[in-house]
Amino acid sequence: MELAIFYLVAAVAVLSALVAVAHRNPVVNVLSLIVTFFCVAAVFAMQGADFLAGAQVLIYAGAILVLFLFVVMLLGAPVVSGEENPRPVQKTLGAFLAAAVGIGAFFLFSSLREAETKLSEAGNTTRALGRLLVGPHLFAFELVSVVLLAALVGALVLVKRKH
Amino acid sequence: MVTLAHYLVLSGALFAIGAGGVLLRRNGIATLLGIELMLNAANVALVAFSAFRGNLEGQIFVFFVMAVAAAEVAVGLALLVAIFRKLQSIDVDRLSAMRW
Amino acid sequence: MWAEIAVSGVKLAVIAGMLLTVVPIMTWVERRGAAFIQDRLGPNRVGPWGLLQPLADAVKLLFKEDVTPAHVSKGLYFLAPAIAVFVALSTFIVIPFAKAEGIELFGVPLKGLIVAPDLNIGVLYLLALSSISVYGIVLAGWASNNKYSLLGGLRSSAQLISYELAMTLAVLGVLLASGDLRLTTVVEHQAKLWNVVPQFFGFLVFLVAAFAETNRLPFDLAEAENELVAGYHVELSSMKFAAFMMSEYINMTTISALATTLYLGGWQLPGVAMPDGWLGLVLSFAVFMAKVGFLLWLFVWVRWTLPRFRYDQLMRLGWKGLIPLALLNLLWVSVALARGWL
Repeated sequence: MELAIFYLVAAVAVLSALVAVAHRNPVVNVLSLIVTFFCVAAVFAMQGADFLAGAQVLIYAGAILVLFLFVVMLLGAPVVSGEENPRPVQKTLGAFLAAAVGIGAFFLFSSLREAETKLSEAGNTTRALGRLLVGPHLFAFELVSVVLLAALVGALVLVKRKH
Repeated sequence: MVTLAHYLVLSGALFAIGAGGVLLRRNGIATLLGIELMLNAANVALVAFSAFRGNLEGQIFVFFVMAVAAAEVAVGLALLVAIFRKLQSIDVDRLSAMRW
Repeated sequence: MWAEIAVSGVKLAVIAGMLLTVVPIMTWVERRGAAFIQDRLGPNRVGPWGLLQPLADAVKLLFKEDVTPAHVSKGLYFLAPAIAVFVALSTFIVIPFAKAEGIELFGVPLKGLIVAPDLNIGVLYLLALSSISVYGIVLAGWASNNKYSLLGGLRSSAQLISYELAMTLAVLGVLLASGDLRLTTVVEHQAKLWNVVPQFFGFLVFLVAAFAETNRLPFDLAEAENELVAGYHVELSSMKFAAFMMSEYINMTTISALATTLYLGGWQLPGVAMPDGWLGLVLSFAVFMAKVGFLLWLFVWVRWTLPRFRYDQLMRLGWKGLIPLALLNLLWVSVALARGWL
């Protein structure tokens, strides 16, 4: 039963990821990536990472992709003409690298047929994650706030119009 | 039952699709979307390993990856908007000169 | 396992039925309340006191011609109201509507009248789904192929994501005080004192953000009839328009229920212990609905009393007014917790 659910979620994730990178219209790309992110949140939830599942929907699907959609709509959903036939070098190199990663991952990881263990506090990771963030990982936590501040200021400066 | 291998193969497939998107698309938006997909594939792998080892450090890593991805998307899209204002196009192949 | 699914199904049916019947009742309250505030009578011909007016409205909307303008993106045009209604309906499953100790249905203990009692990330789930509701509006604006719709949709979504921040910060104060993301724990924490008393400014921030999140006056710039030609839903007719209106009222109810749970003590009365069993269920449900009803009336009252905010005033209030206030509230809660006052 769990295996069936996993295969369903994985199939939807891979299909919508393919549409997200392959379709011409940027709005369709963003919307299918939202579907992919929901599937990834489902994968997180299946492994007992409940806080991350909620955070994935809240941050990725609910904030980052809204930003993407805003920019796409502001630019008028631009479609780059002539994109369907890239140069031969680019086509072969890109397809080869992507296929190498995919097939290589498949063969490398399918040999790892280990049993899966759920998290011991399956389904209540929030408290433990909070303790870890303000305990051993306090420095990284504070540093990430500086990174976000830098990104905020950087984005504002980059789009400032010279009046 | 669902083993570690299943999750890692899913992660690898998503990563490959994202990498293909970044390498093969000329539309700046699609490139950024491919990067986001690759980051998510890494997140899937991290959570899978965290569950496999019963260790929450992997999930902390995912937390930080999400924060950094948000920062990077903000700056990337700001760059794209600035480029569009200059060139009226987001074809990344047109950014091949050092001066516009 | 099947008994548990049946119990969840029953709870879902009860609560969903209640939410869907609130919508016509709210349309009636809105129109009569608006009329009394404006010193006139309002609809009173269709049935006693105009109580069947919502039925007439629904029939009218159903029979309207479903016009699809020429160059809309068909898929998105039909998807947008569906997203709005879906998100509005799926957020309420983590809100505890009543106390249900010691009650067993089909042999499974009913852990409170809440559809998902064991979801450990209660409030996070609700916040995550509310951030998805932005898509309904922005896609409706985009798909209508109309510059006024697009502007209305973009403005509305910018407003939503700004006030989402203020709302989340206010909610954080409550979560710090009660120590858990589950709303049942938050309600039980307020047995002696409702959260509105120690966290009054948090409550104010939450209420103002709630008005902005549901696109209600004084923050309804994106959808008002005389602004931008009704904004993002100008090109939607009949059932699609009805779907957006329905999603707005359901969102109002869910946010009122959330405000009640977080700040007004949920189904608790201060100092009174609710009895166990079916009597407790009915009593606590009645108390909860009374509080939610009061907040819904507040929504209607404010709508017909205050003038509309201009867009820049709205954004200034959200970013420069509410967020600092919510942060101060958070600071106050942390100090109070550290000193043991809360």
